[in-house]
Amino acid sequence: MLAKEPSQGSQLRARLDRALGPLGEAMNAGHIYVQLARLEKAGLITREGTAGSSDRPDRKVYILTPAGHGRVSEWLSEVSWPKPDLAEFHLKLIAAAAAGLADPISIVDMQRRELLRRLRDAQRTAMAEPDRSDAGLLLEGIALRLQADLRWLEACERIWTDRRRK
Amino acid sequence: MNEPEKVLVRARGLRKEYGSGEGLVRAVDEVDLEIARGETLSIMGPSGCGKSTLLHLLGGLDRPSAGELWLAGRRVDHLSERALAQLRRHEVGFVFQAYHLMDELTAQENVELPALLAGRSPGEARRRARQLLDQVGVGERADHLPSALSGGQRQRVAIARALANEPQLVLADEPTGNLDSTATLEVLRLFEALHAAGLTLVIVTHDERIAATADRLISMRDGAFVDETRLVGGTRKNLADLAGLRAE
Repeated sequence: MLAKEPSQGSQLRARLDRALGPLGEAMNAGHIYVQLARLEKAGLITREGTAGSSDRPDRKVYILTPAGHGRVSEWLSEVSWPKPDLAEFHLKLIAAAAAGLADPISIVDMQRRELLRRLRDAQRTAMAEPDRSDAGLLLEGIALRLQADLRWLEACERIWTDRRRK
Repeated sequence: MNEPEKVLVRARGLRKEYGSGEGLVRAVDEVDLEIARGETLSIMGPSGCGKSTLLHLLGGLDRPSAGELWLAGRRVDHLSERALAQLRRHEVGFVFQAYHLMDELTAQENVELPALLAGRSPGEARRRARQLLDQVGVGERADHLPSALSGGQRQRVAIARALANEPQLVLADEPTGNLDSTATLEVLRLFEALHAAGLTLVIVTHDERIAATADRLISMRDGAFVDETRLVGGTRKNLADLAGLRAE
């Protein structure tokens, strides 16, 4: 966010709010300053300008250092991607069935309900966003992932139902 | 109607069969269902599971092979063709995936048509259509032919048409199946507004993202209900978590 231009903390916060919409609400307002302090310590950003006075405490401008610019370009070229942890759930079903502790199908059902509720929440939040907003695009990603997970759960249910019949 | 029925739709042992003997297919197999007034219900399942057939039965587009069906306390499964047509015209609004608008009529005329068929005066039909098109956000395109409208706009016109005779029940079959994500959200917002206004809505879809917006979700397979979920809102914290945002 600093790559655009040197900014004050409050400007960064506003940019984040626009990008995340309602999803940004869960973030603590002070969190951004904790992160900025961390980045400063790592030499990726530096601070300039009037140190906070009591009436305008937020005048410090944060600037990306050359090392910071380097880190940003690195970040932009990374292809890492968040990993869904499906193996854990998969093993839960296998363990439940093997030990006879629980019915895998009811575990799948429970999980499915939970994901459907999250999906409903994502969709309702998206419906409340203006068309083509940044936050809406993020919410679409969340909804699509949930949909993929729900389809996998459907496959789980089918297979475990077949196994029970045998 | 003596009492204001809380249950708008009630089905008991509803069945629809095609073919006979070895080739007999039960598209809808002994379905029991109650839909409360003002409820939004989605019915989900793979293609061929019988969800569209069920929707057609509920709306009187098709007749059950067996079972009983009530709409607003009135038994409707054995109505005559004429009475069924009346029912479809006055009590039920339909929304289809492919819009089913008349290509040679303007948006306005498309919405006027059901009101005229129901015996309303041309002036009244015109006023009502105008108002509905405004309500669904395509008032400015009222004089356009469907071919001049986007998919999302066409579907909104189709929704306005479904509302022309103030139906008690709106049935939507894959209403967003042909729409991109922006137009889909528009339709969902519109459904939500109708829901808030007290309309009863049944949506048939294979898309979890559409189904999850309803109050209740029924999963169908091989003509029968296999699961039912009442959906209550989750929390935004979960969503932030799903987006990879850690709230610290």
